[in-house]
Amino acid sequence: MSDVAAPVAALVEELSKLPGVGVKTAQRLTFFILRSPTDQARRLAEAIIRVKESIVYCSRCYNITETDPCSICSNPGRDQDSICVVEEPLDVLALEKTGVYKGLYHVLHGALSPLNGIGRKDIRIDELLKRLVDGSVHEVILATNPGFEGDYTAGVIKDDIKNKITVPHMKVTTLARGLPLGSDLEYADEGTLSRALEGRREM
Amino acid sequence: MREQRSYPTDAIILKHTDLGEADRVLTLLTPYKGKIRALAKGSRRPGSKKAGHLELLCYSQLQLAVGRTFDVVTQAQAKENFFHLRNDLWYMTCGFYLAELVDRFVEDRMQQMDVYTLLLDTLRTLDADAAELKKRRAEGAEPSPQDRDRTRLLMRYFEIYLLTYIGYEPVLRNCAHCGTELKPEENGFTPTLGGAVCPQCSQLWSQALSLNALKVMRLLQRTEWSHVPHLRLDLRLQAEIEAAMHSLIRYHLERDLKSWGFLEMLTVHTS
Repeated sequence: MSDVAAPVAALVEELSKLPGVGVKTAQRLTFFILRSPTDQARRLAEAIIRVKESIVYCSRCYNITETDPCSICSNPGRDQDSICVVEEPLDVLALEKTGVYKGLYHVLHGALSPLNGIGRKDIRIDELLKRLVDGSVHEVILATNPGFEGDYTAGVIKDDIKNKITVPHMKVTTLARGLPLGSDLEYADEGTLSRALEGRREM
Repeated sequence: MREQRSYPTDAIILKHTDLGEADRVLTLLTPYKGKIRALAKGSRRPGSKKAGHLELLCYSQLQLAVGRTFDVVTQAQAKENFFHLRNDLWYMTCGFYLAELVDRFVEDRMQQMDVYTLLLDTLRTLDADAAELKKRRAEGAEPSPQDRDRTRLLMRYFEIYLLTYIGYEPVLRNCAHCGTELKPEENGFTPTLGGAVCPQCSQLWSQALSLNALKVMRLLQRTEWSHVPHLRLDLRLQAEIEAAMHSLIRYHLERDLKSWGFLEMLTVHTS
């Protein structure tokens, strides 16, 4: 890219580091920004700076937030006695969109994966256990991703709660497994199908 | 003859790493092509028809299209997904360990039929054991520390055979240094020499190896798993054999395995 102006080349290079953006797309975006009004470009730049500078992790649930504690943790209208454990902040968004769950969250920021070198210390399991010792929480919902690593993480957390937390009436639950809406039975794998059968219910 | 564009193969999924937005790179162990890497496009999307058949440690039948860097998975059908293994933390960790061992020891694109069969059989055994344990628990049996002894022994069995197939067979009959036949007495164990060392060469010992430990290791080395008797080994002996095998693995790989920490964590809890 030596035959274009240096600022353009620099922006193309930065943009192409984004997920799902290749060099061609980065070039298209760069020229779009180049042609757009100055204040629009400035708003984009400011939004990027803001997201890095004003977003912190909530000290209780480790979700991303502008205020600490976050809006969910500090909302007195939410059930304080249940915590839903998820892998990523995006999972909180997904669950919130359902509007069904009214309790608190805990974001682990990853799942255990021995093969990729992600151990206990790399995700926020101990922080979760700390929230459970005082006994105010009566249900922990493990909502990790339904794969081997997510199941494994859920297993480790359940084991930890059993061994380290001595709070009476603590319930550990996990999300139901089954068939996604609008899917075909014939393409479902045996694992999903057998769990769907296990979790069948009376109509 | 026209070059084949796509081919069917059985495979065990050893590892997956996320790529881009919704794709995954899988590390597969196949019977004829050995360890290969393949791209599973879109397998992280919720509607993916392949994802459930490409879980870790699944034994699946795949159709792969030859690609430039990676072959691409076009169809997947799970043959066995080791459902019971997936429902128990201890067996899951053992499964991780097997996958990590194989991934570390097997080179890319080298046919390793022995290792493939060994891994598949061991996973089947683990799954059957997990199923049996679940059944016993359902009937009201108390969980006991002995439940895991058999699996620990199975891990040692797997390690010995894996090393043998790869070409690092542990030396357990003769002294690994001077070659004299080992006598029924306390011997030593030296990973850098690849096995047991006699008392005459004791200046080369890295650790002592009790007669019982040597006997168990030899038994595992020459017996098929289905014929290995149900041994009652005390914890010290189990730990001794484990330490010897792990030091040998550490020497060959020049690194520790990540699953060791996870296995240890579970051991600490229950003891």
